[in-house]
This record gives sequence, structure tokens and C-alpha cells, in this order.
Amino acid sequence: MANGIMKTIVGKLVILGDGGVGKTSLITRYTQKAFNLNISSTIGASFFTCKTNIDNAIVRLQIWDTAGQERFKAMTPMFYRNANAALLVFDITCLDSFGNMQTWAQQLKGNVVEPMVLCVIGNKIDLSENRVVSREEALQYANSIGAQYFECSAKEDQGIGQVFETISRDLIRLSSDSSVKSLKVYEGDVESALMARSTDLEATDVGRIEEPGISIDSIAHAKTVPSKCCY
Amino acid sequence: MSCTEVNPGASVESVLVTTDSCENFEQMSSSLEEIKNYVGKSPEVSDSSTSVDNLEESNSLNAVGSDDDYIRSKDWLEKKKHIFVLSSAGKPIYSRYGIEDKLVTMFGVMQALVSFVQDQNDTINCIHAGSTKYVFLNKNHLILVAISKTEESVPQLVSQLNYVFNQIASILTLTRLNKIYEQRRNYDLRRLLSGVERIIDHLLNFYEIEPALTLGAVQCLSLPPSIRDTISSAITQACSKIKNLVFAILLANNKLITLVRMKKYAIHPADLHLIFNLVQASESFKTVESWTPLCLPRFDASGFLYGHVSYLAEDCQACLLLLTVERDVFFTLSEAKHKIVEKMRRANCLEAINESLNSTDGTCLNAGFPELRHYIYKSKSTAQFHQPEISAPYINNTERLLMLYKRAHRRLHSVGRPLKLLFERSPQEAVLAWDTRGFELYVILEPLIETSAAIASVGKLLNWIKKREDKLFHLNAPTF
Repeated sequence: MANGIMKTIVGKLVILGDGGVGKTSLITRYTQKAFNLNISSTIGASFFTCKTNIDNAIVRLQIWDTAGQERFKAMTPMFYRNANAALLVFDITCLDSFGNMQTWAQQLKGNVVEPMVLCVIGNKIDLSENRVVSREEALQYANSIGAQYFECSAKEDQGIGQVFETISRDLIRLSSDSSVKSLKVYEGDVESALMARSTDLEATDVGRIEEPGISIDSIAHAKTVPSKCCY
Repeated sequence: MSCTEVNPGASVESVLVTTDSCENFEQMSSSLEEIKNYVGKSPEVSDSSTSVDNLEESNSLNAVGSDDDYIRSKDWLEKKKHIFVLSSAGKPIYSRYGIEDKLVTMFGVMQALVSFVQDQNDTINCIHAGSTKYVFLNKNHLILVAISKTEESVPQLVSQLNYVFNQIASILTLTRLNKIYEQRRNYDLRRLLSGVERIIDHLLNFYEIEPALTLGAVQCLSLPPSIRDTISSAITQACSKIKNLVFAILLANNKLITLVRMKKYAIHPADLHLIFNLVQASESFKTVESWTPLCLPRFDASGFLYGHVSYLAEDCQACLLLLTVERDVFFTLSEAKHKIVEKMRRANCLEAINESLNSTDGTCLNAGFPELRHYIYKSKSTAQFHQPEISAPYINNTERLLMLYKRAHRRLHSVGRPLKLLFERSPQEAVLAWDTRGFELYVILEPLIETSAAIASVGKLLNWIKKREDKLFHLNAPTF
């Protein structure tokens, strides 16, 4: 086969984290090699695609860059459903963003069934003089949820390439796991594999009307119905 | 004046809901119910009103909160127009200038003024203190206040406050806004509005530089009618099989290129203005495909539409929005978008759009009207307007030009004494404004022009517009 490409892997990556931690900056730094300090906040979610060549394989990623603001929480589940990898991003100068990221991680763990690649990212290391989350603390947390920990700076372009390389390698490894069904593997270099099919994005909760739940603070949680069995 | 029968840009069918330009965008409708489930809302009624005249106590606001920097800052005090939003419990939500938290005491005063008048079963509308107007808009759970030293009339200020309110409703939906405050009166809404300040700031500046919002109309990008039709049919064809797609909107540089809609539904200009503002205020749409929840308050204040938002191509900065009621059809719409762009590229539509965007020969002088400096023509039946390129002496002074229009607009639509025709001459310029059944026309002329010459050129101008109406206006109303 030409240039020895053995297979193409198509996976879905979701980026989660509080508003303002730099999710969009990370991904635009990686996919467009650009950084804009004055970027406006994402509304809803943005979709990116990117392609990485690793060894004999091509990894094509469909990336959902979600909005971190609280008002979009109800929307987020439809982006992480069937994801094969997740970036959990926090800002090393903001303790709240580290705490909230853990909530995202819990939600993700509770809703994704297949094994996935998890990365915890401490962003904004260019501002390390204002650091409030220590490397050790973050590393420890990442280990506790089975994730890898990276620190990077979208502004200075530090560490981002490494994140995506690791994800790509892990996805290749994951693709040989028979319990992973949502990761698509094609023989050779498949250009068209990047086009997502219209059936790929389905809501987990079809027809749910978005209304504030019982708690005003987090509209993400639906009403909890006490289970009646086993009592 | 003759030629009233000339009515350029008129059309039986309109893509836009037509409105009176002086309406205040009070009511919101709920069209989603027919497409989707409906969650009810209670319309609010404010019947009586008070207008306290000549309350010469403008410094009473300065007296409170003496330790606040802003209230003493000359810079802050000299701003021409302040806009504030607070909850009915007095919690700060938005301030156009300065940080809300530092203005807490002033928000308290505003809340007190509103509730004091409310206790007497009345509603406070405005206070006039010298040349400063304090305008209040009391919505169910929010209070919006404008403090203005500009010439704008009270209805014009109320309309801006309504835009701000609609912007907030557009982010959260009115239903959710009401629910939040029904559950917790003391809620700090800013947690849900982070990042929105920027959009509201942009909206208020937009109002200051764009006549569209004052007029309640939309400007179209001038395009040969065949190109506009090709674009519309490219959209129709690519989207015909997609169910529940409500609107497809293509815009560039604050001008509408085309709008394709679901049968029965039309979009209100006020909603379209919110969309224009959102697109312009959001750099983040530029390079990616976005999936954006969006509530159009005049279309349906109770729920979200979901929008696939993307720019056509790197070499064509027109923004396409495909709005649907389905929350999970991103990829279907993404495919449709690619088809649309392909078709448009093949038919050379992208070039035509770029050409029109880059053209700078649309001034009055180039059109053969040396005696006219600028004009705005609004066709009432389509809620669209046309204005030429801004030329000297207003190139660096758009705000003054807009102020002239706002003044003329205010006089035509004055509640007490509306005018049909206005001709006003000052040392700087002559202004002619004309309100007929079919159109509104505002013309800025050279100050020394004879009245008869002014009337003659207006007649000539109307004929000129009539000849080009299919290029300047979006005259058919395509549906999916």
C-alpha cells in the first residue's frame, strides 16, 4: 500500500471544562496554529476535524468543543455520548475550574459505557506565577480517574501536540479492544471516513424538553426518580 | 408631492414580519407550539403609567454610595447613555459601563423607585431631569433602566431596553427566566449570563450605528435578482428533505442575502437583528461550524431553536444559519451546508457576493444625485430598507448622521402629533422625511437646496429605487 498506511481510525473527542479555561484556544492552537487572546466565548458547541499520522495509521478525530458556561450544561450530554476520548480542561490559576472539572469527569463516567481515553489538562501554564492548583494535586486526581495528566499553554503553544499524539496512540491501542464498538476502523487511508454521517449525533434523551430541573443551579440534572426495586 | 403611486420595494409576500417602525417590540409570540410542545407563559400587562416631569434631583443618585469609585468618576458620569439591568429584587445583572458590583447601592435606588410607584398600583415610565432622561422598563422579573443624555425619545429608549431584554430572553428563553425567578426571587442571574455582557454591549453599540434597529427593518445586500434566486434555490434544494428546518438565513456584513423559511412562518425583524448582532459579536463563529441554541423571542419565547452556524468559505465571508427545532441534526445540516456551498460556487454566487461586499460605488453622488448626501428608504410591506454608502461629510461621523435620522424618525412617529411630511433646514443640512402608506423616506440634502428642487430630487430618487428594486430588496419569500 502506498506510503504504508495500514488503517484509518475515526474517533470522537469531546472537550469539557468551565467557561474561560481555554478549551477553544487549545483546539484552535492545535488545528489552526493560531491564538487569539480576545476570542469570544463559544455558544453551544463547535465542531472540528483533524487528522494525525502515527506510525502506520491515520487517526481522524471529530472534535466537539463544548461551551463551558453553566447555561449550556443541559446540552452537553449529546456531545459526549459515544465519545472515544475526552479532554477535561481546567485553568491552573482558577481553583473553581479544577473542582468543576471533577464534576464533568463524574458526569462523563456515569454516562459513557465503553472504555475511553481520558486526559486531564491544566491549561495556562504561561501564568504559572498565579498557579493555585499544584501539579501533584492534579496528577493525583488524574490517576484516580484513570486519566493522563498534561500541562500546557495554548498561548505559548506548549505541550499541546503531545496531548493529541498521546490521544491518537491511545485510540490506536483502543481500536484493537473488541469491547469498543463506537471507534471506527477502516483499511488504508480513507478520505471520506472523515465525513460524519447524519446518524452520528443522536440525543441520548430524545424529545426531552429543556426545562430547569429542581435545582436552579444546574439544569443539567433531570429529576431524580427514586428507584422502587430492592426496597 | 406627486408620484405617491411609486412604491419601490413593495411585495405582497414578505420574508419578514412587517411592523410599524415605532412599535416597541413588547409582545412576543409562540410559534414553536405548532411545531413542538408548548410551555405557556403569562403576558404581562402594564396599564397605567406615571411620568414625573422635571425632577431636578439628578444629584440624588450621586449622594448614595459615596465610597463608590464610579459614581464619583467624571468619566463614568459623562457617558452619554447608561443602561442597567437588575432583577426585581434589586440584584445587579448588567451595567453598560463599569462593574455592576460596585454599583449595588445605585441598583438599590432604581429598585426602590420602581417599587415605590408600583405600591400605588402604578408604573414608572420615565423621569425627566433637565436634558437627562431616566427611562424604566419593568418586565415580570427584570427591571431595565436607561439614563440618557442623548436626543433619543422615550419610545426609542424603551425600544432599546426591549432589545436588551429580548437579548437576555434569547439566551435563556423567557420560560426559563420566569421559572428561575419564580423559584428563587433572589437569584443572581449573572451566573447564567457569563459571556453575554459582551453581546449586550455589542447590541447597544449596534443600535447607535445601525439605522436598522430604529427603523424595525433589515437591509439587503444588493445583488442581481438572478443570483439571489440561485442562492435561494440552492438552499431550498439542499434542505427540502430536512424536516423541521424553520429558517435558513444567509447574511454578510449586517445585510441580508437571503432568507428561506418554513411555510406559514416569517421572522420578525427584531429577531433578525438579534441574529445579526450575535453573528457580528461572536468571533468564535468565524473558523468553525457551531451548533448553537438560540431563542427568537418574537418567534417563540418559550423554547430554543438550534442553529448550525458557519461561514460559507474562507474566500467568502457570508454567514449561513440553519435553524431547526431538532436538537440532534447537526450532521444533517452540516451536509446540507456543504451542498449549498458547492452549488453556490458552481453558479459563481460566491464571487457575486464578494463583489457586492467590496463595491464602494454606491454613494448618492455615483448614483447621479449630487444634491443628496444620504437617504434611507424603508419599504413597509417587506420590512426592508435601503441606504447608499455613507459619503462626506458623514464618513467619520456616522453617529451624527444617525442622530439626524433618529430625530426625523421621532418626529414622524411622535405619539402626540405624528407627522406625514417633515422638511427641516439647518446651517449644516436640510432633512426631508416622508411617511406614506407604503414607505418611509428620510433624505439628507445640501443645506442651501430650494424646496422645489428637494421635492423634485425625491421624486427622481423614488423612480431610481423603483427601477432597481429587485436588486436592492429581497422581494420573493422562498419557502422550503
